[in-house]
Amino acid sequence: MTILRSLAKIVSIFLFITLSSSIGNQLNAQDGKALFSQNCASCHAVNKNLTGPALAGVEDRWPEKKNLYAWIKNSAAFLKTGDPYANKLYNDYNKTAMNLFPGLADKDIDAILAYIKTVPAAGAAPVGGAAAEAPKEDSDSTLIFGLLTLILAVVSIILLQVNSNLKKLSDDKSGIPGSNPVPFYRNKAYIAFIAIILFIAGGYMTTKGAMNLGRSKDYQPEQPIYYSHKVHAGVNQINCQYCHIGVYQGKQATLPSVNVCMNCHLAINEYKGEPLTKENGDVVDGTAEIKKLYKYAGFTEGQPWEAANAKPIEWVRIHNLPDHVYFNHAQHVNAGQVACQQCHGEIQQMGEVKQFSDLSMGWCINCHRNSQVQFKENGFYSIYEKFHADLKSGKIDSAKGITVEKVGGTECQKCHF
Amino acid sequence: MEQKKHWQSFGELNNSEAFNKEVQNEFKEELPFVEDESTLEKGESFLQAKAPRRDFLKYVGFSTAAAAVAASCEMPIKKAIPFANKPEDIVPGIADYYATTYVQDGDVVSVLAKVRDGRPIKLEGNDLSPITAGGTSARVQASVLDLYDTARLRFPSIAGKEATFEDIDKAIGAELNTGAVIVTSSITSPSTKQIIAQFLAKHPGSKQVTYDAVSHSAMLLANEASYGKKIIPSYHFEKAKVIVSLSADFLGTWLSPVEFARQYAVGKKIDEKNPAMSKHIHFETVASMTGSNADDKYLCRPSELPLVAAALLSAVNGGEINGIADAKLKAGIESAAKALTANKGAALVVAGSNNVNEQIIVNAINNAIGANGTTINFAETLNYRQGIDSDFANLVEEMNAGKVNAVLFYGANPVYTWPAADKVKAGLAKVKTTISFNAKLDETTAVCKFVIPDHHFLESWGDAEPISGHISFIQPTISPLFKTRAFQDSLLKWSGEAADYTTYLKNYWSAKLGGENAWNKTLQAGVLNPTTSTYSGATINASAVNNAVAAVSASKSASNDKSKIELALYQKVGIGAGQGASNPWLQELPDPVTRATWDNYIIVSPSMAKSLLNIDLTNPGQADAYEVHPPKQVVKLTVDGKTIELPVLVIPGTHPQTVGIAVGYGRTEAIGKSVIGTGKNAYPLACIENGLVHFSCGDVTLTVTGATYPVALTQTHFRYDTAQGVRTEVVKEISFTEFLKNPKEILEEREAETKPYGGLENYEAQGTIYPVYARPGIKWGMSVDLNSCNGCGACVIACNAENNVSVVGKPEVLRGHEMHWLRIDKYFSGDMDNPKVVFQPLMCQHCDNAPCENVCPVAATNHSSEGLNQMTYNRCIGTRYCANNCPFKVRRFNWADYTGADSFPDNQEGEVNDVVMNMNDDLTRMVLNPDVTVRSRGVIEKCSFCVQRLQAAKLDAKKDSRPMVDSDVKVACQQSCPTNAINFGNANDKHSAITKVCLETPNRQFYVLEQLHVLPNVTYLTKVRNSAETGEEHAEAAHEAKAEKETKAAH
Repeated sequence: MTILRSLAKIVSIFLFITLSSSIGNQLNAQDGKALFSQNCASCHAVNKNLTGPALAGVEDRWPEKKNLYAWIKNSAAFLKTGDPYANKLYNDYNKTAMNLFPGLADKDIDAILAYIKTVPAAGAAPVGGAAAEAPKEDSDSTLIFGLLTLILAVVSIILLQVNSNLKKLSDDKSGIPGSNPVPFYRNKAYIAFIAIILFIAGGYMTTKGAMNLGRSKDYQPEQPIYYSHKVHAGVNQINCQYCHIGVYQGKQATLPSVNVCMNCHLAINEYKGEPLTKENGDVVDGTAEIKKLYKYAGFTEGQPWEAANAKPIEWVRIHNLPDHVYFNHAQHVNAGQVACQQCHGEIQQMGEVKQFSDLSMGWCINCHRNSQVQFKENGFYSIYEKFHADLKSGKIDSAKGITVEKVGGTECQKCHF
Repeated sequence: MEQKKHWQSFGELNNSEAFNKEVQNEFKEELPFVEDESTLEKGESFLQAKAPRRDFLKYVGFSTAAAAVAASCEMPIKKAIPFANKPEDIVPGIADYYATTYVQDGDVVSVLAKVRDGRPIKLEGNDLSPITAGGTSARVQASVLDLYDTARLRFPSIAGKEATFEDIDKAIGAELNTGAVIVTSSITSPSTKQIIAQFLAKHPGSKQVTYDAVSHSAMLLANEASYGKKIIPSYHFEKAKVIVSLSADFLGTWLSPVEFARQYAVGKKIDEKNPAMSKHIHFETVASMTGSNADDKYLCRPSELPLVAAALLSAVNGGEINGIADAKLKAGIESAAKALTANKGAALVVAGSNNVNEQIIVNAINNAIGANGTTINFAETLNYRQGIDSDFANLVEEMNAGKVNAVLFYGANPVYTWPAADKVKAGLAKVKTTISFNAKLDETTAVCKFVIPDHHFLESWGDAEPISGHISFIQPTISPLFKTRAFQDSLLKWSGEAADYTTYLKNYWSAKLGGENAWNKTLQAGVLNPTTSTYSGATINASAVNNAVAAVSASKSASNDKSKIELALYQKVGIGAGQGASNPWLQELPDPVTRATWDNYIIVSPSMAKSLLNIDLTNPGQADAYEVHPPKQVVKLTVDGKTIELPVLVIPGTHPQTVGIAVGYGRTEAIGKSVIGTGKNAYPLACIENGLVHFSCGDVTLTVTGATYPVALTQTHFRYDTAQGVRTEVVKEISFTEFLKNPKEILEEREAETKPYGGLENYEAQGTIYPVYARPGIKWGMSVDLNSCNGCGACVIACNAENNVSVVGKPEVLRGHEMHWLRIDKYFSGDMDNPKVVFQPLMCQHCDNAPCENVCPVAATNHSSEGLNQMTYNRCIGTRYCANNCPFKVRRFNWADYTGADSFPDNQEGEVNDVVMNMNDDLTRMVLNPDVTVRSRGVIEKCSFCVQRLQAAKLDAKKDSRPMVDSDVKVACQQSCPTNAINFGNANDKHSAITKVCLETPNRQFYVLEQLHVLPNVTYLTKVRNSAETGEEHAEAAHEAKAEKETKAAH
């Protein structure tokens, strides 16, 4: 155990040193990756020609870098300059005009180019960087307590028995006529004792069971398509809002419609990332899952896609709140600046989504008691003049701050109406 | 006991025994377990009976087993299905608002439709329309439910058999070439008018007949006689300091009530620094909503109205008042004439009757008082009603003569609404091709061969021009739910046009507005308003006036027979001419005048109750017999050989010799569950004279049948006095003269009430042993101006739609189980025969020291830091202690599973009626607001101040990182109100409208039952009445009358 752990430590220190030596370049590449997925990925791949050419080695192909900048920012304008390479490119790719990116600064383009360089050539094995996870320690002490209770119970029963035997002996000795011996299973004290224990234990279990009715923590149903948040949000760093568009505006985070999926998957038709495995160890063929999407979308590869052919995907709903609860994503994510992970867990690490929180009222209330609102940042709270003054004067502990509860966030009609 | 100024029922007025007993039994429920009293031995209480214990065990056993079964069910697997292709501007869970227009048989109100995930679920007034300025009516609010009506026709048909549009187009083919008659209700759409014109041009021999169920023919004809133009000019009540109405219900049903209510309220709002208010004098026959709001009201018989008009004209011109025998009425005419002449150029007279001569005389009065060009504008005409009765009468003759080949019905439903319906039916039988475009299988559609149902307006494209120059556009908010086709599409097709109506409309307006972009922009706003407004008068034709006066005087002798009883037919605010009958929300809306639901009835005056039914309402015992139990005596009414049998309601403020019946009831069962067993058709009682339909008839015979019929009357519901003490005045009223004399009268009254606790200033802290809580941040508050409120009920229906308030059905209303979160209480004061009326909207007062919160054993109702009295349904166990302890009786209990929300599928059977079951159809449920919990059986609910809107408003502000402002939130009742009677907002915000209202009205402000120290968050502004008499005189008169009676009784 310890040997493994110290080994892991050494490995990570080593990795840290090697990585920080090239940190400037690396950070750039990280930004570039995000920029690439946001701006370029719908038409370009690094190692494959799609709507546009493969981007590997793009810097070498362009005679001058400033031309490349100009082309990326405004391809239409650059075409008009009559640059021969640009015009050839335009003609080679079916005269499809490239989108304009006036918003990209030179350094953004540099970042993208830097990222492109870091992507290995097609066929190369992906760089393995996964360190072995430290084994989890079993901290459950229920068993020990249970054993202790059992031993104590046996001891007390033996002692009770001994006590009654001794009493009988002493009674015999002093000549008091003893009552008929009662077998322990008909002894009223035992029966009462067991009944009380059973009542308490049964009551506890019933209550606990009843409270858990309708709750479904760790619910992880099989979905019509194996959609991995790990691949999309984790590895490829796609912003949550790209798909869940409602999360900042409204009540529902909303699931993406098929056309949103196809924005990217029109181009990305095969899965080439790390092998996907389900929790039970089954291997998932990522490319086959993409083909399932194509079936819903009514898309045949190599042919233009008609969005009207799409059929909605019937996902299995994981997070269910009862009808009498009003929950609004915008309230939490936008106004409250709560990270998705706080309620949904490390979603970017999940293959198929699993319900992370139990979504019980106690869970909600606890968070409302402890979390602070955006009291100083959000202009809405400027009307709470007294609280602002109290915060300044120190009457309210600034470490605890203004919690949701303090502005009425645990009142019934904040969620039930 | 102190004599109260205001009373809601005769029992309260007389302080009768049964009434007092009744108000102590809040829930009007028997104890459970004993269904049949025969199981009890004599003198035994139910606790001693043998059944309860066994029943109790049965119930316990069942509920345990049921809970176990329900709980052991596995969690169902739910699907989350996103769009295949998400439309760009739809985000699930976020509502979009589209500007469109409510149109129904000539009524036009510009609205915004709230569309949530593709379903329109709520209509809000469009603030950009200067006509309604964001106001709506109960019928507008309810119309969204009509979209999801299960009784809508779902496909076109030929002779009752389903057909395709192609089949129909082919079958109709050349049949229209020999000439067709298009019968429509008033059409305000310019493009539709053009399409009809094209159709008529393509089919020679064709014509269009505009037919309104309750027409304004007389006004149109009178204007033709007086001014040479067959138009209705626009009215400006906001410019009038004196308004005289001759039985025109302009706040409820006359022409354009939403528009007029807004204008009328302008004159009723009081600036305390510079108090001024308009005066409204009303002459009427049967109590109406507008009459209830009048400052002074005088009663006359329907046949006297033309005489009143003639007398008023003569008085205005400085002449004598002739032919009016009734001294009170005469005094009324004199005071009206005085007020009108004193305010020349700022006065207005309107008349509701369909009598051409009367309308001509009214024109003359308006001319004499300088109304033309000031309060009446001839530069802008009202297009709401265009039908001339005689046109249709002629058509009926032609049809019966076999001269008509084809008839097309669009909107019009004459087989139901024409007094001589049999003749229409007989005529239609002789017409070869009959086509109906109506959306339901109504009476006319049922006898038509071809049925091509039109879209609901929320599914349609279109335009409307309610006032000349003001355009309001219609755009679809949902794809057509059924196989329906626009009326315009059919006409275009049959005229050989290639374009469909959508394209036609787009081209039509793009051409007018200058391009497609302009069209899109206008469509987004929903309205197109004239840039300048011009006012113009008109020259009156004097000889027409002289003829009219002569004609009216000649008929004097006939109408002077005082022994005869007359009948006045009227429209209800909710039901209208019958369009609202199939809408459960409207059926369950308590009528503003009678506070009755689900039926029509004969309205009689207290004095007729005495002479006809032998009920002396000043006698406590007899008043109770009439009032405490729902069954009412049924009376047979005969007029011109036609009879109708209906229950009788006694409504103070009705002329002693006049009875009233609402039209719009007794509809065919094919149009929806809610018309089954509700009321009878009164249209056949109307008479046709000189081609005009008169909704009043002389010489009516009434016979008591001896039968009774229960009427679901809510006037006496939600009254509850404890054994410890009776309720004191809830509403405050003051006359304008008193207010001018001592503006602080109400304030002083309040000061006196709270004096034992340190006066108003210290009342909150010293009136209680509880601490005073700080309200950091937001504190919600509401203010209701009783001067602006006219009792129309738009807020009640808006609340229904916004908060998923359930419909309970007539049997439940009879038991006092109606669920409305907001009710409009109606208080009378003064003379029982012609009392003053005050409307008071009452919803949860969100008391800061709420009595309901203290008594809940499970803390299901408690207080928020923002001042809301919160109700948590999932915590409620249904003890009803809170409802019991609420002094305002605004908490509602779900006695049955009205919404189908429970997990047990069959527990509605036998508990709720068909209407309620139908409200739970999958289609009807599409109207539910997904942001509000649908309540299940056994829980209490009540007004939440639309907390879902408050939460959304706060979130909007947070998203923009700014403090919340007034425009972020409008609660549903506030939004719907045509008169802006309701103000709402953050009372902690110094710049909010609610703060402003509170600061500006210290003298009129009051809290209901303030002396209880419940500290409501709703303030009311005292009703100020610009009456000739003061309120106190009324109270004294009533007091004297009572004292006199008591002495009599003592003898």
